[in-house]
Amino acid sequence: MKKIFLSTLIIIVVIIAAQLSCSKVTSGRTDYLPALNPSKTDIDAGSWKTVFLTGPTEFSVAAPVAVTTPAYIAELNEIKALQKNITKEQEEKIAYWGAGGVLRWNELMRELVAKYNLPPYQKADGVYPAPSAANPFAYPLFPFANPPYAARAYAYISAAQYDALVAAWHYKKLYNRAAPYKTDVAIQAKLQPTDLPSYPSESAVLAGVTAEMMKLLFPGEIAYIQQKLEEQELTSIMAGANTRGDVEAGEALGRLVAQKITARARTDKAGAAIGTPADWAQIENAVTAKGEIAWISLDNPKRPPMLPLFGKVKPCLFDEATTVALRPLPPPSTTSEQLKKETAEILDFVTHPTRERIRIVHFWADGVGTYAPPGHWNAIAAEDFITKNFSEVRWARNMALVNMALMDAAIVCWDTKNFYSNPRPTQMNPAIKTLTGIPNFQAYISGHSTFSGAAASILGYIIPERATAYQAMALEASLSRMYGGIHYRSDCEVGLTTGQKVGSYAIARAKTDGAD
Amino acid sequence: MLLSFIQLSAQTDMDAIMMTKNNFCTGLMYNSSNWTDYWEGTLKRNNENLGTVSTKMYAVMGNYGVSDKLNLLFGIPYVQTRASAGTLHGLNGMQDLSLWVKWNPIETKFGKGTLSVYGLGGISFPTTNYVADFLPLSIGLHSTNLSLRGMVDYQVGKWFATASGTYVVRSNIKIDRNSYYTTEQHITNEVSMPDASNVQLRTGYRSGRMIAEAIINNWTTLGGFDITRNNMPFPSNKMNATTAGINIKYNIQAVDGLALIGGGSITLAGRNIGQAGSINGGVFYILDFSHKAKKTTQLAQPVKEK
Repeated sequence: MKKIFLSTLIIIVVIIAAQLSCSKVTSGRTDYLPALNPSKTDIDAGSWKTVFLTGPTEFSVAAPVAVTTPAYIAELNEIKALQKNITKEQEEKIAYWGAGGVLRWNELMRELVAKYNLPPYQKADGVYPAPSAANPFAYPLFPFANPPYAARAYAYISAAQYDALVAAWHYKKLYNRAAPYKTDVAIQAKLQPTDLPSYPSESAVLAGVTAEMMKLLFPGEIAYIQQKLEEQELTSIMAGANTRGDVEAGEALGRLVAQKITARARTDKAGAAIGTPADWAQIENAVTAKGEIAWISLDNPKRPPMLPLFGKVKPCLFDEATTVALRPLPPPSTTSEQLKKETAEILDFVTHPTRERIRIVHFWADGVGTYAPPGHWNAIAAEDFITKNFSEVRWARNMALVNMALMDAAIVCWDTKNFYSNPRPTQMNPAIKTLTGIPNFQAYISGHSTFSGAAASILGYIIPERATAYQAMALEASLSRMYGGIHYRSDCEVGLTTGQKVGSYAIARAKTDGAD
Repeated sequence: MLLSFIQLSAQTDMDAIMMTKNNFCTGLMYNSSNWTDYWEGTLKRNNENLGTVSTKMYAVMGNYGVSDKLNLLFGIPYVQTRASAGTLHGLNGMQDLSLWVKWNPIETKFGKGTLSVYGLGGISFPTTNYVADFLPLSIGLHSTNLSLRGMVDYQVGKWFATASGTYVVRSNIKIDRNSYYTTEQHITNEVSMPDASNVQLRTGYRSGRMIAEAIINNWTTLGGFDITRNNMPFPSNKMNATTAGINIKYNIQAVDGLALIGGGSITLAGRNIGQAGSINGGVFYILDFSHKAKKTTQLAQPVKEK
């Protein structure tokens, strides 16, 4: 009896152990995707409206050599040589990038934001050091990729990718050079064959434009990005999709486009968004002068507000006057019954947290060490775009629309926050303990709600059958901030509607950019 | 951050004591652990936005003697966390049920004393859908763990030493987020939990009446990553800890089968874990289900003395 018992037990233990150790490896939802297979080439995308470029021909791309020249034949021979000795690992890289360049660069961007989304630790005297773009490797690392910084970074990268691909499509159509595997049957098409001309290479355009933009946005990651660029370019050659010449022309075009947009980014006032102690005092005084309680930092030691002048940054979809015009009406007064009621509501949420509400709070938290709320909406967008068979240029256009809406949402939201400088619920009632980290900036209006309202609106335009789902997600993201104890209902409701207004500018652009 | 859980389970599944056949020992334990300093990777720091993090634990435990050589053990704690500063909300709830089989195949004279060898197998799994990804205020890590332990005990007169080594296989966990960053971005809600090892030495005085012992314990996570500068902890961090503690078990003379236990420990070294100090106390009682009335039943009776 005892022996039966023991052996049964040993068998159970072995089975469980085997299961536990076999399941160690986790795979991501986008690790293994089929090759991008656009439902149309969007061959006329060269005529789509650019964002920052004056037009597709602002930077010229030299005509390619004829496919009958020895120079081109040498390029074809390079592909053949590469394909002959291809390794399993190289095949995996081809599959990875083959799922879509815009997708993969977007994922890499999200990864960098998560890596850099860490508030600096205070110095011995309690003063917080600011990251320095001039010395990105010294602590605190540059940048602190907080939500407004991240929103702007995603937007510039996406808009630059879009502009560069519009230009690339113009030259593709103009020069109409067929893909290597069409010119030479000995070359294998390792990805989906396409009628899209191969010169300049869209993969290399993406690699070049992104790598060049990264010099500004993530200067500590230039070496890492360069490695990714080389990987993407080599895989597009190995896949038979591009020759060395296609790639070189593409990367050069991408870098030129990025240089123009970098110049715009350098003068958009984001560099001064951190403000000075005088600016911080002025924000506070403007509010106390009206008899309101002003926001104070709930970090220990107290931290200056996060990029308080980000509201002055030059938007993508409208001008600075519109930022001010989109600023909502004031929040309930800090001395009002209304605010007292709203504070009590939040206290009730955190006093009786349900497991489902905590799930919602944490699902949407996107706080320290994450890709931030704009990154979450990028992830939502990307995972839906994967199912839509967009061409690279359409992917880029849609990502640019989403991210310009998110950046402008950040601008309007930060303008509002620092104009009204409204305290967090916990400042009004310290008994309110939060189920997620309390952000170091003002309550009104909720950033998550503004981001979500904007992103859900433009995504609902891009994929109409998902519009209702996006609105439901936005509402849940918005409510998560109340459940978490860090926002009042007013912050969330007004944030959502303000975000939707920002989103409508993206929709207006989408309707007239020539893509639909 | 989770050291106190390890310490608690250390009470009966890590000692060289067997329940007599058909005896069932059950009891309640309380453990309180606190830390103000913690290791962010290898850097020791404090955090003014947490203050002192305290974990209180109330556990029900039991040990049944299938035979003198084979025991079954269980334990289940209720855990409550709190941070004294900052705004973060503490959490509480029922944590993991652990079940152990303890087997004592060898007991032999060796030199001047008695040498005993034990083999243990344990499984623990979460009893509720508690939150793992809210460290340092999560009540646990929510993985299902399988532990395999070898243990050797040597006793001369009333003095003993016990050494044990454990390998802990940990299952992946699912968190509420659907993407997270470790040293790279993961686009999934599933987290791969590195396995862990545990080595323990305990030595001291052991008689039928009482046990007084000193314990050194090391928990090492076999893999995992360090918390980056000023970042939040994560369930798959490389959490290591070396603790030193004492433990006393006393059998009340007046009530046969009733025992009190108490102890405490400090953290000597760690990584991605709080430098916790903890104290614990408990009360245990033995129920004798054997048909023949055994007047000699005593808690914590060393096998060697039988």
